[in-house]
Amino acid sequence: MLVFILKRLLVAIPVLLILIVGTFILMYTAPGSPFATDRGIPPAVLANLEAQYGLDQPFAVQIWRYIVGIVTEFDFGPSFIYRDQDVNDLIGQGFPVTLTYGFWSFVVAVIVGGALGILAAVKHNTWLDYLAVGISIGAQVLPNFVLAPILVLVFTLWLGWLPGGGWQGGQIEYIILPVIALSTSFMASIARISRASMLEVLTSNFIRTARAKGLPMRRVIFRHALKPALLPVISYLGPAFVGMITGSVVIDIYFSTGGIGQFFVASALNRDYGVMMGITVLLGTLTILFNLLVDILYAWIDPKIRY
Amino acid sequence: MFATKAAADNLAAAQPVKGRSLWADARARFLRNKAAVAGLIVLFLVTLFALLGPLIAPWNNEDIDWNVLGNVAEAGRPSLETGHWFGTDALGRDLFARTVQGTQISLMVGIVGALISVIVGTLYGAVAGYFGGRADAVMMRAVDVLMSIPYMFVLILLLVVFGRSMLMLFIGIGLVSWLDMARIARGQTLSLRSKEYVEAAIATGVKPFTIILRHIVPNLLGVVIVYATLLVPSMIIYESFISFLGLGVQEPLTSWGALINDGAAEMNNGTYWMLGFPLFFFVITLFGFFFVGDGLRDALDPKDR
Amino acid sequence: MALLDVKDLRVSFDTPDGEVHAVNGMTLSLDRGESLAIVGESGSGKTQLAFAILGLLARNGHATGSVRFDGTEILNLPEPKLNKIRANEISMIFQDPMTSLNPFMRVGDQMAEVLMLHHGTSKSKALSESAQMLDAVRIPDARSRLRMYPHEFSGGMRQRIMVAMSLLCRPKLLIADEPTTALDVTVQNQIMQLMADIQRDFDTALILITHDLAIVAGACARTLVMYGGQVMEMGRTDDLFEAPSHPYTLGLLKAVPRLDVPQETLETIPGDPPDLTQLPDGCPFSPRCPLAFEPCADRMPALEPFGEGRFRACHANREDLE
Repeated sequence: MLVFILKRLLVAIPVLLILIVGTFILMYTAPGSPFATDRGIPPAVLANLEAQYGLDQPFAVQIWRYIVGIVTEFDFGPSFIYRDQDVNDLIGQGFPVTLTYGFWSFVVAVIVGGALGILAAVKHNTWLDYLAVGISIGAQVLPNFVLAPILVLVFTLWLGWLPGGGWQGGQIEYIILPVIALSTSFMASIARISRASMLEVLTSNFIRTARAKGLPMRRVIFRHALKPALLPVISYLGPAFVGMITGSVVIDIYFSTGGIGQFFVASALNRDYGVMMGITVLLGTLTILFNLLVDILYAWIDPKIRY
Repeated sequence: MFATKAAADNLAAAQPVKGRSLWADARARFLRNKAAVAGLIVLFLVTLFALLGPLIAPWNNEDIDWNVLGNVAEAGRPSLETGHWFGTDALGRDLFARTVQGTQISLMVGIVGALISVIVGTLYGAVAGYFGGRADAVMMRAVDVLMSIPYMFVLILLLVVFGRSMLMLFIGIGLVSWLDMARIARGQTLSLRSKEYVEAAIATGVKPFTIILRHIVPNLLGVVIVYATLLVPSMIIYESFISFLGLGVQEPLTSWGALINDGAAEMNNGTYWMLGFPLFFFVITLFGFFFVGDGLRDALDPKDR
Repeated sequence: MALLDVKDLRVSFDTPDGEVHAVNGMTLSLDRGESLAIVGESGSGKTQLAFAILGLLARNGHATGSVRFDGTEILNLPEPKLNKIRANEISMIFQDPMTSLNPFMRVGDQMAEVLMLHHGTSKSKALSESAQMLDAVRIPDARSRLRMYPHEFSGGMRQRIMVAMSLLCRPKLLIADEPTTALDVTVQNQIMQLMADIQRDFDTALILITHDLAIVAGACARTLVMYGGQVMEMGRTDDLFEAPSHPYTLGLLKAVPRLDVPQETLETIPGDPPDLTQLPDGCPFSPRCPLAFEPCADRMPALEPFGEGRFRACHANREDLE
């Protein structure tokens, strides 16, 4: 098992490097100086600024410094717009917020989606099944940026039950709407995937064997069918994670929660390359680590995978 | 058990015209699927709306109705008298014309984006699956790697660095979505690779790329069509997402995502029509594509039933 | 009293293509410790017959008629009551050993849970009994194999595990559905030998379902030939092989390759198995029967006794079968 994890880690490192280098090259080749948008900066000042940020150095030196900074000090470099803040400060502000509602969204999506899908499969062709299918089809056409305004319309403007934005240090009523908006479409996908795979598993020969052994249905489902039925769900966790990170941008913008998505879009609109690059690299790293975790989980559950 | 046996016998008996009868069979199955047919009709109507809308719209999508401006919440309501059938947006522009325009852009981005990713993905997957071995291992490993990158951020990066343009949007959206298609195409190719007619082509010395284009790709068609249909709505969602963030199409052009964003921003003023109309078209179109895609899958892949 | 008494059992399935009639009025009985082979082409309904007895039909299937086991009616019993019988009184071995064991559970756990469920045995005791049973089906090094997963065994080994698992509770009846079909010929013989030994040693009644007449001869005392979900003929295996009384049995026997008699060609039965959505009114075999005459297509012949413990359902004269 340890060897397997080490191997996977070794594969992850070059992927990370490719991500960092690729992002860096993209930024490096970007036309114009990041400071050029500021009107009326004398050339001397501009050169001075660039020197201050190390932008006058050759490409190789710049990228080397950047990578070393990340690896040794976890330093993602400076912001080119907020002179007094570097990327780490922004991440420090925004990341805990993103992490909080992201974590809850993930938990809700997996648990509610998984339970709904499995229940629907077990109660195939009953009202419960139809309800689950209906929810998952409906949620397909309600991506987070559509759901968020609808939620605010209903729960804030009409019913007045919940605040339509803000964070307030993560009080529960400020978390609920962001979590619903972010998790719903993934919850639906997980419900659909787990329902389909559970239905397939329930028709497989070894389930018939388990029933022929006289096991009660409950035990057949939990002990024999659950593990294989969850494998496709586990495969989906990686893409779901990426999707949620992407979706967090919408949540941050729409609910003004102050997560890193907000900084990312602000930096994209301001051409603040330092922040964009830093956030992309950070999220890429997280994604890769998460996928590693999923791989390990998969290998742990499926005895056919040798490590 | 027996029903399938009988069906197989029928198919076997119909061997000489099998190619046509399979497609005819699929069409019959598709037409029996009510949801899929309803989806097709909806898509047809939405397309008509996008194409004919400009001809019947009394207002232009760029012109500001100065009578409305300043009192949008009242004067900008949807009304037959003012000619603003869907009302106006916050700037007093006709929402009907803008929705028509947004529909055109969103449909175009969806379809072109899906085409790009389907073409790239199919060829990539077919090549990987056909050559197999080390080439396959390297190519699919690359796909795995790319899949583990938060592509939307890279796409936004691209848009910022190279400037926001429709072309960039097409390329960006198409290029981040071909990975799944590549996987599917590879899997199918692997099984096609061992079919007799492919082996025969190899044995008679046909060049690999000719085989891929002549024998492999045409047989992937069914899967590709199904996947492409299901890809269009995700392309539309991607584009809307980007536009929602204000990074997509630029004014005066618009798209569903941009319109939904504008409408959502004005919600506090009680002008719900600004959100409602674009949202309606967005939702029914996505439903249409999903239902048609599911219908096609069931029709073309009988074993799934 | 017979151990198993099946009367007028009918099984049908609702499918998009119409109602499929898999079993159409089966009647059979079996005594304690007795062995019966049920023979027929694929699709003759023999597997669904077995599934119906144990209540394992697919969701869209339903059974009518009567199945009495040990004097009690068990057809369509509610699931909890059936669960007391399954594996405990009636065990079943399935066709495909490669997929019949749960690939995600250790073999030992899969075996032990049977004993823990039915006998309330402790886990450790159940595991050691499982090891003994693996020993009995001649799996070497049984104790350590308990911790292995199914994919670490060969097909023949897996079928041995299935046999061992089915015997854990010492059931009174063992139903083996094509237990050797998915296996190599040499392994087939080993498994059949094993089944014969087990049946003798454990004094279990056995129903062996197969399409392969070659393996029936040594294994079962009685044989039942099935077609279109109905009994064509039944009798002692030796008699039935010696002098088949039904044209279908004759056709099956002719289709078995033999080494002891010089054969120019191997005969086949012309035509296809019947369409179970539209069964003919008369004998289901009549469209393919070389001896068919005017009543055959309209009226199903009754299952009538003749000779010593033999039954046949055929309009044709016995003398006409050579």
